[in-house]
This record gives sequence, structure tokens and C-alpha cells, in this order.
Amino acid sequence: MTNVIPASQVSSRTGLRTIAEKVWDRHLVTKGQDGTPDLIYIDLHLLHEVTSPQAFDGLRLANRALRRPDLTIATEDHNTPTLAIDRPIADPTSRTQIETLRRNCAEFGVRLHSLGDIEQGIVHVVGPQLGLTQPGITVVCGDSHTSTHGAFGAMALGIGTSEVEHVMATQTLPLNPFKTMAITVNGRLRTGVTAKDIILAVIAKIGTGGGAGYVLEYRGEAIRALSMEGRMTICNMSIEAGARAGMVAPDQVTYDYLQGRAHAPRGADWDAAVAYWQTLATDDGATYDAEVIIDANELEPFVTWGTNPGQGVSLSGSVPNPAEIVDANERSAAERALEYMDLRAGTPMKQIRVDTVFLGSCTNSRVEDLRAAAEIIKGKTKAEGVRMMVVPGSARVRIEAEAEGLDKIFLDFGAEWRFAGCSMCLGMNPDQLEPGERCASTSNRNFEGRQGKGGRTHLVSPLVAAATAIRGTLSSPWDLVSDGDQ
Amino acid sequence: MQKFTTVTGIAVPLRRSNVDTDQIIPAVFLKRVTRTGFEDALFAAWRLDPDFVINKKEYQGGRVLIAGTDFGTGSSREHAVWALRDYGFDVVLSPRFGDIFRGNSGKQGLLAGQISEADADTLWNLIECDPGIELTVDLVSKTARVGDLTVDFEIDDYTRWRLLEGLDDIGLTLRDEARIDEFEATRESWLPRTLPALSVESTSTP
Repeated sequence: MTNVIPASQVSSRTGLRTIAEKVWDRHLVTKGQDGTPDLIYIDLHLLHEVTSPQAFDGLRLANRALRRPDLTIATEDHNTPTLAIDRPIADPTSRTQIETLRRNCAEFGVRLHSLGDIEQGIVHVVGPQLGLTQPGITVVCGDSHTSTHGAFGAMALGIGTSEVEHVMATQTLPLNPFKTMAITVNGRLRTGVTAKDIILAVIAKIGTGGGAGYVLEYRGEAIRALSMEGRMTICNMSIEAGARAGMVAPDQVTYDYLQGRAHAPRGADWDAAVAYWQTLATDDGATYDAEVIIDANELEPFVTWGTNPGQGVSLSGSVPNPAEIVDANERSAAERALEYMDLRAGTPMKQIRVDTVFLGSCTNSRVEDLRAAAEIIKGKTKAEGVRMMVVPGSARVRIEAEAEGLDKIFLDFGAEWRFAGCSMCLGMNPDQLEPGERCASTSNRNFEGRQGKGGRTHLVSPLVAAATAIRGTLSSPWDLVSDGDQ
Repeated sequence: MQKFTTVTGIAVPLRRSNVDTDQIIPAVFLKRVTRTGFEDALFAAWRLDPDFVINKKEYQGGRVLIAGTDFGTGSSREHAVWALRDYGFDVVLSPRFGDIFRGNSGKQGLLAGQISEADADTLWNLIECDPGIELTVDLVSKTARVGDLTVDFEIDDYTRWRLLEGLDDIGLTLRDEARIDEFEATRESWLPRTLPALSVESTSTP
């Protein structure tokens, strides 16, 4: 496995390539032979406190250096409290993990954005916000939602801790080439329907294993019409369909988002970069291993009823009847899910009452998400007995939101306005559901116990989260209009 | 990593599909900074139920887990593999794995073998008729044998070779370090660097 194969020989027989193949070819250090994987160069390595300590330990044990600190960046997010961040972290194990990251970053020369720093926040919000996430690069992080960064046309992979150590030591990863799947979203979204609804519908359609072994490329008119934030929401949840990555070809929307950010190229570098980025889009006539077509015109606000992200339905629909599911595995999974979720087949989704609304996570915690929710709740009253928690994706997002007065809208409404982090998406910090509590959550996983032991999660868009907080039952902004917009 | 050739041990039937890594090990256990000691964390929420298969006395000391389709989906946490290893599992057989989980398994000497749904069903039925029965997994022939039954499993050739040889990935890659050096020399100067740290304020002047 020693010869570098020119990109042209790696590509498909027609010579026409998808964006995924182009980025792959560009990063090929050695081409695998006789069943060995390719060795792929990694342009950007993101670290956080949960999946890195054992990897740093591995380096120390083997007496190895971290090869490229200048391509590595760390932030604190999973364990961090979202209240009283100026005080020591109360949970001693969380504190130890954060302190371990601080020590490791100091020892190995890694840039770290700690709690209290303006660039601290969820690792997948921080990379794009700094302009480090760029088209055509390879990005890895010990976190499955690394797929987020694919929104820029980067190849972004979630990896395990052994792979984290491998990248630290070599700045490469041995990887087998993936298959490609086009997710073509034609048409235009109706008002009130968002990127989150697109991806929930995609996952419901192809299943939680439907993307296994694939890099998904989202394309079509409805994807082009999305902001970078919307594209990040979609790519973020590619992993929920089992895919290794999700990508969107860069365009003017991408360039406009990047230009002027701290680590975006400048001057002549900018021109050189754009010239490269413009070559990335999938060639006309290139073939995919699979294709899924979605009609955006038909999409409605989408929510989940079960305990995996594929168990979703239009908000206007009802809890499905497991007896009507043909596949035996899916049927038993649905039966288990309804028992855990304490739901009965046939119940209209809009009749489901929630206790908590969580607006946050690497899926939906950017300023655009907060702005969209704030617009819905402005001047409205929160439903009695419903708790709403708003957790910005990064300290910078929080500050930007406050500059626009969004914090005041949330606070006036009766929501809690918190500091940045992963928070209730996975409840590694104190932000957890109580057993039996039901939550409308803008996060990405409705797994059993994900948001707290015994907690019940319905995945929703920020707009549905906001409308639900007003009405107390799963709702969309469309329902507010039919309420007479009181 | 130890070389893996065959394993004989008690087979445990986990009749569930979509077992995500949050179920294999809940997030609350991810706060540790060590690589070992996760045996109690394995399926922690489900083990509260005395009827959960792992809790049954016939399956104590299980080494081969037979799971439903889409095992190990979701979070990238390698802790899921550490928990299975610490508990004593050497092999998981399933009709389909989460990609990241399967990759993590290969790095930690956990054999993740893919079997057909029909074979998973046959194995579950057979094991449940004779709880505690031992199963032999042979990585050389890529087969699992229990009683008179032999089923084939799939594993990619490279992972199989590394498991058979007990090889360390980083050591293998560093044999090609000169290639990495060469590649790095060709990288464009405008590609992003995290150091020195820049801020919008410090770079906004033309």
C-alpha cells in the first residue's frame, strides 16, 4: 500500500465523480491494495472532553507526539453546566473529565476553548463559526454528529476513540471507500416546514440502517434554497440514517457564510480556495450507488413517536399501529417503543401533551434556529406547566442572540435562557428529564433514556418546539394560525 | 492487541433490533477517563429488569452475543465496545452493525460478525431451547458452530487479518510515515490551521 494513485484512476469508470469521491481522492495518502483500506489525510481534528482522554493516554503510553497541533482544536461541551458556569463543576466526575482535557491540551499543545471563552460551545457549532470548517476538507471528531460539517462540502466523519488516537499520532485514518447515495429533495418547502422536517422524513423513509456504508449527498432545489444552518441540521442527522457522512456541494450560500470568518482564507488565498471549491460539485452524469427522491412540496412538519429517529410521522398523523407493520423486526421495535413512550396506537400526534421543550443541540442551536423559535413565541404565553429550556450552541451564539434581544423574548415567554453546551440532548450534565417526563426536543436522538433515565423524547424542529411550548401539545405554527393567532 | 483465532463460550440471545450505543452504555458512564472498568455499565438501564437476558443465570459468563439487526447504531462512543469487552464478550453476531461501532470493535479485539437474519433467528431459537449452550466462533473459517449447526459470518478481510495477527493500527500506518510527509508537503497553504488562533476582530483589517 505504497503507491499514490492519481485521482483519475480512482474514479468511476466514466471518469465522472461525485463530490464525495473528489474529496476522497484529494486526500489519498496511499491507495489500499489487496483488501487493505486507503490511507486518508485528515485536515481538521476536533476534540472534546468525552472521547479524548483515553486517546491522549494512548499517546503517552506509546511515547508518541500529537503530529499536527495546528490542525487540531478542542472545546468543552458534553459535560459543561449551563448554569453558574463561573463556579466549579459540581459533579466530580464531570469536573475530572474537563480538567483532564485541560491538562492534556496543555501538555500536547492543543488549542482549547474552555468554559467562559467566547468560542466555547458544541464542537459542531464551533468549527463552522470559526471558519475552520471549509469545503473540500476532511474533518473528524470523536462524535457521531461530526457529519454536521458535511454541509460545507467537507468529508466529515464521526470516529471512535482508537481512531482519535490514530489521527493524533498520524493525521491520517485507514478507511475503506464508501458507497454514495443521492438524496434529491425537489420542489420548495412550505412556510413552517424546515430542514429538520426534511431530514426526519428522509430517516423515516430509509430507516436507521438505510444509509449504512454510504456517504449521503443532499441535492436538489429545496437543498439549494436552504441556509448553511439548515444544511448543517440535515447533514448533522445523516448518522441517524446510519450513514458515515452527509454532504452538500458548496455554492454561493457557502462562500457568503465563510467569507470574513476568523479562519477563512483571505485575499489571494480566498480566490485560490474558491477556485478549488468550485470544482467540488458532483459532475453532471456521475453515478450514485443509490438514490432517494423526496418532494419538498408535500412535506409537513414531522415528529417522532418512537425510540429511534426512523420512527417518525407527519405531525398531522397518528401514532401507528404496530399490528399493521409487516416487517417482524420493525413491528416488535414499534411495540417496545410504544410501551416505553407510553403511547397508544391511533392517538393523533397533536393530542400528545409534553412536559418539557428543549431548544438546543448540535442539530438546532444556531442563531437562526433561536431566531425562528423566538419569532413564533414573541408576545405569546407559554402553556401552563410546560418548561422550556433554550441552550445556545456556543457562547458566541448566545452573545449574538442577546444582541438581537432574543434572550428577552425567551425570558418574557417564561423559558430558561442557558449557557452553551450539549445539555439535555444527552444529559451528561445536570440538564436531564425526570423518569416518565415527555419532551419535545430539537435534538437528534429519541433513544430510550437519552435525555435522562425514563425520559420520553419527541424529535421536532425549532418551529414545532416553539408552537408546542405555546399550546402544550405537539403543534406547529400552522396550528397557531388555526387557533386564530391569539 | 491479542491474536484472535477461535472463541468457545456461552452464547447470549439478544432478541432486539436497533440496539443503539446509548442502550449498550448510557451517557452517564462516559465521564470516566479510563479505558477499563465498564462491565457494570453494559446495558445498564435494561439490566435493572431481572428478566433481561443478561441477568439470567444460564447466560452468566456469556462470551458471544447474538443480536438483532442494526446493533451499535447512534453515538460514536467506543465505550460501548469497552463495556462489551470488560463484561467478557469476545464476539457480537448481528445482521447489521452501525458503521462506527463496527470500526471501533475491530480496534479493540471484539469480533463483529455479520450473519443473515434467518441465521440470527435460527441461533436464537436453538440457544433458547438449550440456554447456556456453548458456541464456537472460528475467525479463520468465518463460521459459528453450535451443536450440529454451522453458520457463516462476514467480516471485512482487513479487519479479519488485523484480528488474526493482533496488529496495532497506528504502528501499521507509521510504516508509511514517509508517504504522509510527502503528502503534507503538497498541501495548499490556504488550508485552515487552528494555530495561531485568529479572531474576527484581529483579522478584519484588509
